[in-house]
Amino acid sequence: MQRRQLLQVGSALGAMGLVSGCASIGGNRPKVVVVGAGYAGATAAKYIRMWSEGGIQVTLVEPNDSFISCPISNLVIGGSKTMADITTPYDNLVKRHGVQMVKDRVASIDATKRVVRLAGGSELPYDRLIVSPGVDFMWESLPGMSKPGAQDKVLHAWKAGAQTLALRKQLEAMPDGGVFAMSIPLAPYRCPPGPYERACQVADYFSKAKPKSKVIILDANDDVTSKGPLFKKAWADRYKGIIEYRPKHNVVDVDAATNTAKFEFNDDVKASVLNVIPNMRAGDVAVNAGLATANKRWCEVDFLTFESKAAPNVHVLGDAIQIAPAMPKSGHMANQHGKACAAAVIALLTGKQVNPLPIYNNTCYSFVSSEDVVHVASVHRYDAEKKTMLTVPGSGGVSSAANELEGRYALAWARNIWADTLA
Amino acid sequence: MKIRHGLTMLALMAAAAVAQAQDALQVRSWAASCANCHGTDGRAQPGMESLAGANKDDMIKKMLDFKAGRKPATIMHQLAKGYSDEQIAAIAAYFAAQKK
Repeated sequence: MQRRQLLQVGSALGAMGLVSGCASIGGNRPKVVVVGAGYAGATAAKYIRMWSEGGIQVTLVEPNDSFISCPISNLVIGGSKTMADITTPYDNLVKRHGVQMVKDRVASIDATKRVVRLAGGSELPYDRLIVSPGVDFMWESLPGMSKPGAQDKVLHAWKAGAQTLALRKQLEAMPDGGVFAMSIPLAPYRCPPGPYERACQVADYFSKAKPKSKVIILDANDDVTSKGPLFKKAWADRYKGIIEYRPKHNVVDVDAATNTAKFEFNDDVKASVLNVIPNMRAGDVAVNAGLATANKRWCEVDFLTFESKAAPNVHVLGDAIQIAPAMPKSGHMANQHGKACAAAVIALLTGKQVNPLPIYNNTCYSFVSSEDVVHVASVHRYDAEKKTMLTVPGSGGVSSAANELEGRYALAWARNIWADTLA
Repeated sequence: MKIRHGLTMLALMAAAAVAQAQDALQVRSWAASCANCHGTDGRAQPGMESLAGANKDDMIKKMLDFKAGRKPATIMHQLAKGYSDEQIAAIAAYFAAQKK
């Protein structure tokens, strides 16, 4: 408390132009620990360092060696991009921004003592903790996927990395005339348009390399959940006879040995390559820490600060949160969470007012071929009365049609967001 | 009385300075949401327009033209409609003040 009061006095004086460098009073800098270096966590870590001008210590805990982007990863599955194209090292966060990277997993969070315990045994004390664990899968809803080897054979490829490449290899090994079947869980899930983009990418590959092959989309939802008319037009115009869309197909079990998806009401579907995107919830780290208060799946937060509604001084970002209305679980949105939270955490640690009116946007590009792209965009603004983020009336929209210019913008978007998150 | 008046003025000035500083932080946060495409502080990677150090009035005009549908765009006409004219002006001033 003492330090905080001192910081408040210091920052008030600083704001009046009487002193500067308030955050470093006493040489005892506030400590922030960030768990997870994806779009949300890495962005929060970078921006806290940048905006506090080094006045706040940031430790970033991440088990992976480098950042592998989910956006653009469907192009690796389609064959027009490589893993190297979607991989970025973390070293600029350390070299340019002074973030302390710790390569480890979180064992537990003690929100009372404000300590994160790592699997490797060490402990990280914090003043504020930011948890951005992404999603984990609800395997319990697909009993057959718990059999030995099932998860190595029937892939999700919904976390970019080894499975992205493994799914590409399965498609390459599939004989012409085969069937690729992909299941989509009920919303909400990470990246609403992602599965439909993936169907386009696989169909694009088949049309060039394996023209007798088919793509079957098994969607648990009643209809395409994002950019519906644009995707359906692409399927009809570009992939007629290749892509078949089956709505209201909720996979309830999988027989990995025979690549068979089983449903509540529909006939089984047997595929040459079966890609099951399971139901999702907040990442294990958040669930185990008791942060997933919405149906034990997602983490409820205060949208001014991203502070958890379950634990003080703990913030949750990205795909793990209980979203506001019309807020997608996307990499772009996660990056926005990271910056909004960074500003709020700095304000809270230095006794300043938290921004009462956050405004940010979402932009999502989907490749319907290796070049042509469709987008959906929205602007989200805090509603003080409803205490949530709402889309600004009249803003946002989708592409009028798939086009090559937006294909170039989509790749420029990727370069820019990777740099904004990591460089 | 004089002393008291002077102190009140000082307090008001201080309050105004605090409010201004906080407004500046708010605008910085708003501007940061453009960085996903236009780069951190508006310094863009290849293939996208940099905003850092650009002319403020040009940026305001462009955004208002996007917003009114006078200037064709793929996406900016949809995003511009999410911001008030005052917010656009404040964000443009932020980017104009950034180093190229």
